[in-house]
Amino acid sequence: MGTGTGLGRVRGLGSAKSGAHHWWLQRVTAAANILLLVWFVTSLFRLPVLDHDTVVKWIQSPLVAVPLLLLICNVFWHFRLGLQVFIEDYVHEEGSRVAALLLLNFYTVGSAALAAFAVLKIAFTGAHL
Amino acid sequence: MATQHKRPLSPHLTIWRWGVNMTVSILHRATGTAMATAGVIGFTWWLVAAASGPDAYQRFHDCATGPIGLIVGIGLTWTFFQHMFSGIRHLVMDIGAGYELRTNKTWALMTLVGSVLATIIVWATILL
Repeated sequence: MGTGTGLGRVRGLGSAKSGAHHWWLQRVTAAANILLLVWFVTSLFRLPVLDHDTVVKWIQSPLVAVPLLLLICNVFWHFRLGLQVFIEDYVHEEGSRVAALLLLNFYTVGSAALAAFAVLKIAFTGAHL
Repeated sequence: MATQHKRPLSPHLTIWRWGVNMTVSILHRATGTAMATAGVIGFTWWLVAAASGPDAYQRFHDCATGPIGLIVGIGLTWTFFQHMFSGIRHLVMDIGAGYELRTNKTWALMTLVGSVLATIIVWATILL
């Protein structure tokens, strides 16, 4: 990697080593979040009640289960990117920062897996819970 | 590798005079963090409860409709709208628009007004 010229540093992606891709993905997921969450919130509002039976029947529909899975991927990805920046900006000590980022990954993947599995279980096993 | 150079620091929080743009910027991070924690835990709990059966769902439902659930719910509603409106403002600024001082300030203020109004409308619809 270049250590001298400005162009060399840009090609070596500067002190952070990466960034543009992270920045762009944050914007892509932000745009998708608007669509998915406006759909999600309006759909919940259109349900007559939010009891177990109604919610399960609602999630069973492919046109709900699939957007819901996309929402889980997208929203969770977006919050992971956001919290990563938050940690990188405010946790200064190297060891704590690495630990916090590690925990963030566990938290994101763990909660996303739980949420996605719940949707798939409802979608595939239907009312026989 | 990690040679320590004394680099100039930009003025920090304590030096800036509070302004609406600054407030909205800080709120964007705060609301994002709140949703990534409380919002995500609540959302995941809701789905897992629904997938676990009527009893588990009832426990979620009781908690969500109780006093604490109501406070968290109203809080997250405002948080959601504030983050969304200020996020849209950021997307507009990303294309290079809205940097004129007055415009920038107006739009920052609009996100606050919008999020409070939207929260009132949503909860008025639910509760009334």
